[in-house]
Amino acid sequence: MPGFGLSLGFTIFYLGLIVLIPLSAVFLKTFTMTWDAFWMAVTSPRVVASYKLSFGASLIAASINVVFGGIVAWVLVRYKFPGKRFIDALVDLPFALPTAVAGITLTALYSSNGWIGRYLEPLGFKVAFTPVGIVVALTFIGLPFVVRTVQPVLEEAERELEEAAASLGASSLQIFARVVFPTIMPALVTGFALAFARATGEYGSVIFIAGNMPMVSEITPLFIITKLEQYDYAGATAIAVVLLLASFLMLLAINLLQAWTRNRAGKK
Amino acid sequence: MSATVNPPVAVAATAAVPGRRGELPSTSNVFEPPWVRRVLITVALAFLTLFLLVPLVAVFAEAFKKGGQAYLAAITDPDAVSAIKLTLIAAFIAVPLNLVFGVAAAWSIAKFEFRGKSILLTLIDLPFSVSPVISGLIYVLMFGAQGWFGPWLQEHDIKILFAVPGIVLATVFITFPFVARELIPLMQSQGNEEEEAALVLGASGWSTFRRVTLPNIKWGLLYGVILCNARAMGEFGAVSVVSGHIRGETNTMPLQVEILYNEYNFAAAFAIASLLALLALVTLAIKSFIEWRLHESHNVESDARILEH
Repeated sequence: MPGFGLSLGFTIFYLGLIVLIPLSAVFLKTFTMTWDAFWMAVTSPRVVASYKLSFGASLIAASINVVFGGIVAWVLVRYKFPGKRFIDALVDLPFALPTAVAGITLTALYSSNGWIGRYLEPLGFKVAFTPVGIVVALTFIGLPFVVRTVQPVLEEAERELEEAAASLGASSLQIFARVVFPTIMPALVTGFALAFARATGEYGSVIFIAGNMPMVSEITPLFIITKLEQYDYAGATAIAVVLLLASFLMLLAINLLQAWTRNRAGKK
Repeated sequence: MSATVNPPVAVAATAAVPGRRGELPSTSNVFEPPWVRRVLITVALAFLTLFLLVPLVAVFAEAFKKGGQAYLAAITDPDAVSAIKLTLIAAFIAVPLNLVFGVAAAWSIAKFEFRGKSILLTLIDLPFSVSPVISGLIYVLMFGAQGWFGPWLQEHDIKILFAVPGIVLATVFITFPFVARELIPLMQSQGNEEEEAALVLGASGWSTFRRVTLPNIKWGLLYGVILCNARAMGEFGAVSVVSGHIRGETNTMPLQVEILYNEYNFAAAFAIASLLALLALVTLAIKSFIEWRLHESHNVESDARILEH
């Protein structure tokens, strides 16, 4: 086969130029800081509050998506109902819709005179401009991940096992707990991790609905922007390093999870 | 194969082998009682309606709140038009660059065995796992006034940051893995046999690629391009960091949406947002069509294989 040198050479050249060299700038920039200055920058009370908010809200949103995404995947694979193909295509909307559009739309819906907010607010439930709003935005952004990781696993699942369990007298609850759930569990965990990782770095959809109050509703990516606007490049970069390391750890975890999923599938 | 923190991977799985094999021909051997089925369908539909359908309808409802005249005025405003142009320019540069890269990367990874392949795959996925804000920050660190090349650029009067080149670079970075991510699994699943046959029959490397490989990967390629384009036109965070928000000059459509929204000009903000939502809907429609095509060709192929044996 020809073209190995050319294609691999170009791949590595382009990867280096577009991704690796620019990304290394983040780490090299922090090396110009003293350790104390770095530590101060990444542990100030305001930035710690933003970590708690970003990771906490992402955790809640990813958990919501595991429950409902799992149900959506199940319904799309196992049942027939009118409009199914349309619904199936619509699941990818959060991937295709620009985050800024999602952000302003969710804000309009959940603000006090919005379609949804006007019914929630009289009940004493404020969503827009509170951390709850951040969870709503992050749930929207992460929605397709669980569905799209669980769906293929359910499609490939061996129905014979469920049939065998049923013929041996298992109840539908037992079939789910003992046969179906163990099969889709790794996919659920992977989907959760993907949704969580995406949510921690999310910016566009969150800033409109968050209210962006320091210590209360300020996410970490927004805090990086705030630092940049104050021309505190070193401070912004230090926080970026923390966020980058967190996402590299998650990438590693997801890789291991997928290897685990494949191994389990291979053993069968 | 490695994981990514992004859409195309999840869809890649369905793109490569888009079957609906788990689906039953009838519901006769579904074990759960009918009421469970009904409850699950209701819960799923309610969740999707609340989180997807209602927001989608709301974009267009808000855009036309002040009538068709105001809508037309908003999208033909000179600043809006220049934002649309800049968005098209950025996508027009970023998509072809990443298309060429995607094909080259898929060719080297799918057709050859070499050491460090899994590391290369992970590195290609990197831009997916980086926060958009950081994707913008890296270009500030390189080309900003205090950045690596900042002083040199200033001496030579070249503007990258807070100008069109910076926006293009950030867009290229953000959409870097899309085409490669679609093509690698597709080309791996197709193997080398057809290309080897063409080469044995005397075809040159280039014409083998053009006549054999390209027709085999065209739908996957289009799939990657569609997703890459949607992201390129819709990117907000990264572009926001490098743009400088100069009206009529360095505002893309999503940035224009933000500016109008922050000025409480909601109808105009949603008018431009509705154009982006339309782009998303077209993207989803083309994507579904390609999945259907891939599904069909996959079925034809497997039928053909069954006949051969």
